[in-house]
Amino acid sequence: MNLYVLLKMVPDTVEELNVAADGKSLDTEFLRFKVSDPDEHALEQALILKEKHGGTVTVVALEAPEVDEVLFTALAKGADRALKITTDQTRLGAFAAAQVYAAFFKAGPGQITPETLILAGSQAIDDLEGELAAYLAETLGLPYLGVVCNVARANGKLIVLKEFAGGLRGQFEIGLPAVLGVQSAEKPPRYVPVAKVRAVMKSAKIETVEVGVSEPAVRLQLERLYKPEVAGRAQMLEGTPEEIAEKIVEVLAKQGIL
Amino acid sequence: MAKPILVLAEQHRGEIADITFEMLGAARAVAGATGAPVFALLLGSDAVPLTARLGAADKVFLVDTPTLDAPVPSAAATALKTVQEQAQADLVFIGCTNISLGIGPILATRTGLPLVNFCRALRVEGNALVCTSQLFGGKIAADVKLPDMRGIVCLYPGAFPAEAGRGDKPPAVEKVPLLVDPPKVIFKQYLQPETGDVDITKQSVLVGVGRGIQTQDNVQLAEELAQALGGAVCASRPVIDQGWLPLSRQVGKSGLSVKPRVYLAFGISGAPEHWEGIQNSQCIIAINTDSKAPIFDGAHYGAVADALEVLPVLIEKVKARKG
Ligand SMILES: Cc1cc2nc3c(=O)[nH]c(=O)nc-3n(C[C@H](O)[C@H](O)[C@H](O)COP(=O)(O)OP(=O)(O)OC[C@H]3O[C@@H](n4cnc5c(N)ncnc54)[C@H](O)[C@@H]3O)c2cc1C
Repeated sequence: MNLYVLLKMVPDTVEELNVAADGKSLDTEFLRFKVSDPDEHALEQALILKEKHGGTVTVVALEAPEVDEVLFTALAKGADRALKITTDQTRLGAFAAAQVYAAFFKAGPGQITPETLILAGSQAIDDLEGELAAYLAETLGLPYLGVVCNVARANGKLIVLKEFAGGLRGQFEIGLPAVLGVQSAEKPPRYVPVAKVRAVMKSAKIETVEVGVSEPAVRLQLERLYKPEVAGRAQMLEGTPEEIAEKIVEVLAKQGIL
Repeated sequence: MAKPILVLAEQHRGEIADITFEMLGAARAVAGATGAPVFALLLGSDAVPLTARLGAADKVFLVDTPTLDAPVPSAAATALKTVQEQAQADLVFIGCTNISLGIGPILATRTGLPLVNFCRALRVEGNALVCTSQLFGGKIAADVKLPDMRGIVCLYPGAFPAEAGRGDKPPAVEKVPLLVDPPKVIFKQYLQPETGDVDITKQSVLVGVGRGIQTQDNVQLAEELAQALGGAVCASRPVIDQGWLPLSRQVGKSGLSVKPRVYLAFGISGAPEHWEGIQNSQCIIAINTDSKAPIFDGAHYGAVADALEVLPVLIEKVKARKG
């Protein structure tokens, strides 16, 4: 199989997020970026498919802070090629990003073959315009399914599981080529030691690609970004862990649990 | 007169999902300010009896082609586009749910309409609709303007009151004959969730653990507390994805909705997808090291503390109380 995994960088929400002075973007000063969680699962699912059915895994990302490390990590995990498109991801919405990727797949190194499967994370925490995988599939005229939690191959087709609510899953059959939005891989993403990533950084390289989409449209008129006004706030239990535990016990007693 | 608002009704195996009423209520509120008619679209060959429940709509469009029985996004988008054009509805509401995920971007690509995702509030400003969306797991809000009320809005479950979208007068129904090509994504079957050893939807106390619990061994601590309280352990998605607990313990959008008397959340940030599953708990107590974690905005009680420090003491105290 000709597997492509699209990796997107998102702000690490472990750090505090602040709005920049323009009121329309995040303050980048203390912002740290990491790869979007579901994208890691997309990569894991691709690696599993390669191990089972052969083929190659190519990881592709747009230019973004800290993205090189993510691409090297993907190579260390077993991806065969890492490509970086020079377009800046951080200014793009999902629609515009899909146009860039569509151009990449229509020309350039990402030729779509009857064996191509494109995997992206199902949804990212900043997908204000919706899901990249769906936009891309539609632009390329390929079949699409999101919230995917398992991909297998049988008789040349893909057998794909999608999550619904309440733990219910649906099984679908999809022919190649196709685009899938992965929510979780069938196994937890593998861990790769930092030393191995360092070694790969020395031996492998990231190929850069230019895509001929100059200034893709941003469709949304963003008025402002802000920290949400808090409707109600929890009554805070203060003190040492010991005191907090004591106060929780009191609440539990009041609720009739103890 | 203002152009109609079209709501994509969500039904799943013969049941209208709450999000449908939430969207109809939201559409009615916008219509109250603009005078626009509110239309709903129902899909599927078994949907006829369900139209009666959509009385909050001025009209229900029904596409009962059997190819639409399967939940395939591109096929739903085809029906939606046909009706949207026929009804000249420039404003379309879709649920931010797993079942509808992907329909919006496909429709946006085919129509050129802008799409706003994760929407939790709406207001009319002159000729524009302003959507407030939640980003970054609830840490940042965004106001987006849709000029001339044109666009596709994906509404977050639980953000709009369902009551406002229920109506018992039978709506006008218009059948739309439409042949939808068999989609390239072929639905095979549903797989029922494996029933776990415990049914977390029936517990009166739940100890929920999130990524902040850090290791599988620490999940054991939560298990010990749950046992002492006579409840069960459940978790947010990252914990399940790590394989530390079975899928039957997942709470949230893709998992189960729970309504215990007490929900204790250890190291859970309170992302909207998790919140969806716990919002009906009678009492939520959250323990998190981050004083700004969104979970504190909805929980009844909170403590800024290390879960791993609180858990052992709490277990001892609970055991002591129980004797
Ligand atoms: C389509 C879709 C469906 C989804 N379905 C679900 C679902 O069903 N259920 C679900 O839960 N999520 C679901 N998600 C994922 C959801 O968006 C969040 O990513 C997830 O809920 C985050 O889990 P978390 O709170 O455990 O992790 P994080 O958001 O990483 O939060 C961890 C928290 O732990 C705190 N912490 C760290 N260390 C400690 C410590 N020592 N003591 C105390 N606190 C600590 C941190 O401050 C942080 O707030 C879904 C997402 C999508 C896109």
